[in-house]
Amino acid sequence: MKLSTKHLLGIKHLLLEDIKLILSTAAQFKEVLQRPVKKVPSLRDVTIVNLFYENSTRTRMSFELAERRLSADVLNFAASSSSAAKGETLLDTVNNILSMKVDLVVMRHSASGAPHFLAQHIPAAIVNAGDGINEHPTQALLDAFSMQEKFGSLEGLKVAIIGDIMHSRVALSNMYLLQKMGAEVTVAGPPTLIPKYISEALGVRVEYNLKKALQWCDVANVLRIQLERQNQPLFSSLREYSLTYGINKKLLESLGKEMVIMHPGPINRGVELDSDVADGSSSIILNQVENGVAVRMAVLYLLASREN
Amino acid sequence: MKTILSKEQLALTIKRLANQILENHPHLQNTVIIGLQPRGIFLSDRIVQELKKLVDPVTIQYGKLDITFYRDDVRKSLHIASNTDISFSIENKKVILVDDVLYTGRTIRAALDALLDFGRPSKVALCVLVDRRFSRELPIQPDYLGKAIDTIFSQRVTVLWNENDENEQVMLFDN
Repeated sequence: MKLSTKHLLGIKHLLLEDIKLILSTAAQFKEVLQRPVKKVPSLRDVTIVNLFYENSTRTRMSFELAERRLSADVLNFAASSSSAAKGETLLDTVNNILSMKVDLVVMRHSASGAPHFLAQHIPAAIVNAGDGINEHPTQALLDAFSMQEKFGSLEGLKVAIIGDIMHSRVALSNMYLLQKMGAEVTVAGPPTLIPKYISEALGVRVEYNLKKALQWCDVANVLRIQLERQNQPLFSSLREYSLTYGINKKLLESLGKEMVIMHPGPINRGVELDSDVADGSSSIILNQVENGVAVRMAVLYLLASREN
Repeated sequence: MKTILSKEQLALTIKRLANQILENHPHLQNTVIIGLQPRGIFLSDRIVQELKKLVDPVTIQYGKLDITFYRDDVRKSLHIASNTDISFSIENKKVILVDDVLYTGRTIRAALDALLDFGRPSKVALCVLVDRRFSRELPIQPDYLGKAIDTIFSQRVTVLWNENDENEQVMLFDN
């Protein structure tokens, strides 16, 4: 048994077996992370570069920790403090880094498809850590892992993805992954933030009423409003968004049922989630962060292992 | 194809191994049993069953260890990990590692590394059902041994267990 792919560019072309293999391997790594020594020597001979052309806290730290826990050598690259600022092209930068004998590239880029472009031009394995508004596969995998941990299986699970669907790579990766694993997906948010033909294209339900979406679902995966990707106003104000699509404790209590709240971070507190929900008992947001390291260890381990 | 240990012999051998362990570790005080995944745990399950008849069952500390991430050939091909479950401290304990077949010794090398990540045991001993002596690639020897056999590289030793194989015996295959 091995992965059907050399790179992890997205969930779209991943097979169900690949996903199951990654999640079951992640469960083993989660146990490793509970040990007194939280580190295994598996990737001692592997060098990994974290190529971040876009800001990140959680994902970059999570990847770096995963790499170090696997004993890989780690190189960090942040575009803002590098020669990319002097105008070096992506391919030049990467080829220069690869000539230093790097085996694996973890990349985040603001252009959708940047990792797919790299994959066609370089021999190293590539992990997509988020490309523009396309995909963020490891986030979707850790979301699925966290849901599986909570519910046992995703088969028949009702998941609502709420917020800025249009600009969210987390949403797209989640829609692919959840449906491959047999979950039902509804996307909810203001009409301006939901692509018009999404239900035809991706087979998800669309709901413009937040309360109805919450009443329907077992899990609400709440997304951040990505103001940096909106070059025209798509809703009147954050305050208005928060009034119509923000989740607060009163709203949750009015549903009269148990449900799970997830968020990929960073949270705009008081906009899409109120603090009493984000920090409340239905939130598994910090479990998601914890599981992120195990899931990324699994991805890196599986991609590195099949190289030879 | 040849039978090395029949079902009856296998049961007797497991009883003997349990008794030998007790001989050296009275009442299993300060001693823990750790079976190696994936196939060593069938043997360790049975040894623990026998030990439960001989000492107070609550004193037995029994864990399972998977050594996949510690293998020296981890990147040559893809190795799938099994569960590790060690729910107690091994600090200053005497550890008895249990595996079915001792061959090159590389699994045990990896197991020693893995074990040290859980703490510093005062002593580690090795218990195996079959020792393919003369095939070792590392200086590792068993402390408790079911049966030593002489084999060549092309031969294969398989221990069959009821849980997996609907039969229970040790076989030698010529390939």
